[in-house]
Amino acid sequence: MAALGIAIGGSNWFSALALGVTLLKCLLIPTYHSTDFEVHRNWLAITHSLPISQWYYEATSEWTLDYPPFFAWFEYALSHVAKYFDQEMLNVRNLNYSSSRTLLFQRFSVIFTDALFVYAVHECCKCIDGKKAGKELTEKPKFILSVLLLWNFGLLIVDHIHFQYNGFLSGLMLLSIARFFQKRHMEGAFLFAVLLHFKHIYLYVAPAYGVYLLRSYCFTANKPDGSIRWNSFSFVRLISLGLIVFLVSALSLGPFLALNQLPQVFSRLFPFKRGLCHAYWAPNFWALYSALDKVLSVIGPRGFLRCLILCALSSFMFGWHVHEKAILLAVLPMSLLSVGKAVDASIFLILTTTGHYSLFPLLFTAPELPIKIVLMLLFTTYSISSLKTLFRKEKPLFNWMETFYLLGLGPLEVFCEFVFPFTSWNLKYPFIPLLLTSVYCAVGITYAWLKLYVSVLTDPPVGKTKKQ
Amino acid sequence: MEKWYLMTAAVLLGLIVRWTVSLNSYSGAGKPPMFGDYEAQRHWQEITFNLPIKQWYFNSSDNNLQYWGLDYPPLTAYHSFLCAYVAKFINPDWIALHTSRGYESQAHKLFMRATVLIADLLIYIPAVVLYCCCLKEISTKKKIASVLCILLYPGLILIDYGHFQYNSVSLGFALWGVLGVSYDWDLLGSLAFCLAINYKQMELYHSLPFFCFLLGKCFKKGLKGKGLVLLIKLACTVVASFVLCWLPFFTEREQTLQVLRRLFPVDRGLFEDKVANIWCSFSVFLKIRDILPHHIQIMISFCFTFLSLLPACIKLTLHPSPKGFRFTLVSCALSFFLFSFQVHEKSILLVSLPVCLVLSEIPFMSTWFLLVSTFSMLPLLLKDELLMPSVVTVMAFFIACATSFSIFEKTSEEELQLKCFSTSVRKYFTCFTFLPRIIQHLFLTSVITMILLTIMTVTLDPPQKLPDLFSVLVCFVSCLHFLFFLVYFNIIIMWDSKNGRSQKKIN
Repeated sequence: MAALGIAIGGSNWFSALALGVTLLKCLLIPTYHSTDFEVHRNWLAITHSLPISQWYYEATSEWTLDYPPFFAWFEYALSHVAKYFDQEMLNVRNLNYSSSRTLLFQRFSVIFTDALFVYAVHECCKCIDGKKAGKELTEKPKFILSVLLLWNFGLLIVDHIHFQYNGFLSGLMLLSIARFFQKRHMEGAFLFAVLLHFKHIYLYVAPAYGVYLLRSYCFTANKPDGSIRWNSFSFVRLISLGLIVFLVSALSLGPFLALNQLPQVFSRLFPFKRGLCHAYWAPNFWALYSALDKVLSVIGPRGFLRCLILCALSSFMFGWHVHEKAILLAVLPMSLLSVGKAVDASIFLILTTTGHYSLFPLLFTAPELPIKIVLMLLFTTYSISSLKTLFRKEKPLFNWMETFYLLGLGPLEVFCEFVFPFTSWNLKYPFIPLLLTSVYCAVGITYAWLKLYVSVLTDPPVGKTKKQ
Repeated sequence: MEKWYLMTAAVLLGLIVRWTVSLNSYSGAGKPPMFGDYEAQRHWQEITFNLPIKQWYFNSSDNNLQYWGLDYPPLTAYHSFLCAYVAKFINPDWIALHTSRGYESQAHKLFMRATVLIADLLIYIPAVVLYCCCLKEISTKKKIASVLCILLYPGLILIDYGHFQYNSVSLGFALWGVLGVSYDWDLLGSLAFCLAINYKQMELYHSLPFFCFLLGKCFKKGLKGKGLVLLIKLACTVVASFVLCWLPFFTEREQTLQVLRRLFPVDRGLFEDKVANIWCSFSVFLKIRDILPHHIQIMISFCFTFLSLLPACIKLTLHPSPKGFRFTLVSCALSFFLFSFQVHEKSILLVSLPVCLVLSEIPFMSTWFLLVSTFSMLPLLLKDELLMPSVVTVMAFFIACATSFSIFEKTSEEELQLKCFSTSVRKYFTCFTFLPRIIQHLFLTSVITMILLTIMTVTLDPPQKLPDLFSVLVCFVSCLHFLFFLVYFNIIIMWDSKNGRSQKKIN
């Protein structure tokens, strides 16, 4: 009994947090789901019932397969479990099929695959050093980071209400970051290559990976002042990295290369191949170019993490056809930085709070209104208060302007959700709440981006051999 | 308080769990002609809004008492009236006389669920937070943990936000009563408790402990002086609150009698449906409902109930203390549940509330009891298609209690508050040292049985000759548990202050 007690008891807070959020996800099963639900059901059907040669050509439904091949294989694997729940969902002609068993299966598949995310969070916690910690469990950085990641508001409502599979994908990314912190660069590179072939949106942060691996892995040593030692370049490492990327890509795109379908696959993945591609990459790269110089002199996984977040944010800011869900790409890695330094905590809180608020329009149904408000309040009060407590010995996290801005989200929500719908303008200009939300959040996100940029540029360049 | 943000987080978590459970089905959903408790509440809004007060409790062409006639005291009627008033603004079709029978829609469900949440937020949740903040001799962390565990108690959430009822109002008022009376705000406490009784007459299960505790306080203050003054003030408060609530019904004798007839339907039998009390379980072996005449049934039930709660109540009157009060609330409510007349399975919530209050003192046994109490309502929950939320909330509650209170490490005699009892027994049987181990084994057996029975009820079909087999098994097993707990709580009460003052509280 005592052994059972210790296993379940207070020493294993991480399991309690993970189990708790899993149970919450189970409670969210009957909530509203978006068209993304039908998208994934369709992909289950396509990968199950049709041969590979048809996967990227099938167009019965408007939701054609537009993710890289690994994701298609993932859906294929899921479909073999799905057939025990409801065979009908695997019929390509059953558009908008959503029996209760289908719903149950789909929801459980997201909850189940989140296990990878939980594992990744566990690994990330190992990379945080707890020197700043007090004796109290709730004040330890590991605990705070676990809550910020496992109970992340954005992930919960996008994955488990709206319906997507960002959990395990973010898990892959966080795991690769953790591997870099643990100096297991090859694994990190491999994980990222795999991730790219699951969802190509992660190309946004590929420059960060490329630069970091080149700078800190291929150049094996630094001069005492932190700058590159040019003669320490290791061709072996470069080749092995290249080999990893090549092998992963071969595994993913190989079958389609053999079928001569590569152009079709790419046209699905990048629907506006010519002009727009250049259009959205250009500002991203340009934004990064100016920091490249500084970035090259920032060594260590922390520098890489900042670079990654900057990439993600820049692409969010300037990218074309960017979905508001892409803010999660920046928010999740930023959590890792937030428990390290007060400045990062401040940026994280502004970014996260406004980013999460910008996700509100995704859930527009009445039964989900209390859920999104209460869950947002829960995450926001916890994140702000716990980080404030963690950094209470340093100067306050927010100045008056920032505090005012964040508090302004409350009245904004009341106006958009409760006041505006009952005014006469609702019929003439129904887009106003969305417009206000987007503009207000854009201010916050831009501000966070600028602050992060500035802090990267003004950080002392000398490579302190920080472990973090 | 420090760590206020963790307290806020606990309350917000409680709210989220409540609302997500409310997204599921409710009692009688889509089941004409009678539907269920949800339709009953809607119907009461219709009746109270459209008919004059004098007709609320009477049978008439507009008010068919056979179709969910009002059978709760006036405060419930006033509450329904208030809700109906709001409903009129949103959609009058919801409460239109006669035509709104069986009305079901997404918007209406949202409205009804919102009324439960608002009532909960206004009455029950603040009481719980205040109660835990005022707990003495425990750390802030344990206070927050108590709030979390009490708010996560599955039974109340599933019945109020799943099945659909307003138990949080009456239980909340009762809790305010407990708070008032425990911290010497006797008049306010009794006022709150009177409101509770006037909301649901089942709160009478708690009335004896309140009475004995307050009487004991008066005795302690001396019946010749301050005690008498207090007694008179209390009597006046009680009478005044009853008069205020029942004012419209005191105008005529017939009105008062009719309401009483609706509240206490003595014409109905010893029990209805399957409930985990003695009479229902006993009738597995011997059909007493059919054998004994009606008035004998009432007599037997009365005798057993009062015999079983007398010792604790007498002790409370002679030695009034907040701790004794809480435990007597448990044992009295449990006695009533087990032996009383016309008990419904939801009445177990009246026992669960006081057990929640002693959660921080005896976490292991309280958690065990609260799990069993939820399990005892399994047939009802399955009927309402609440299997998934039930399983999830039970697991969440269990994890919350297990991690917050480290319950499995707190099974020694001292922590089970059985030290005095064991010492007394050891005077006769020196080898009586195995109590904690027995209790641990019993717990394990109990959990395994409950899980097995749940799986069996969900997956298997009962044999044709015994269609109620699983419900009866659930009731029988729960009843055995409750008897065990009745004995346990009575032991704690009776053996308590032998060396009460010298015992240090370890938390």
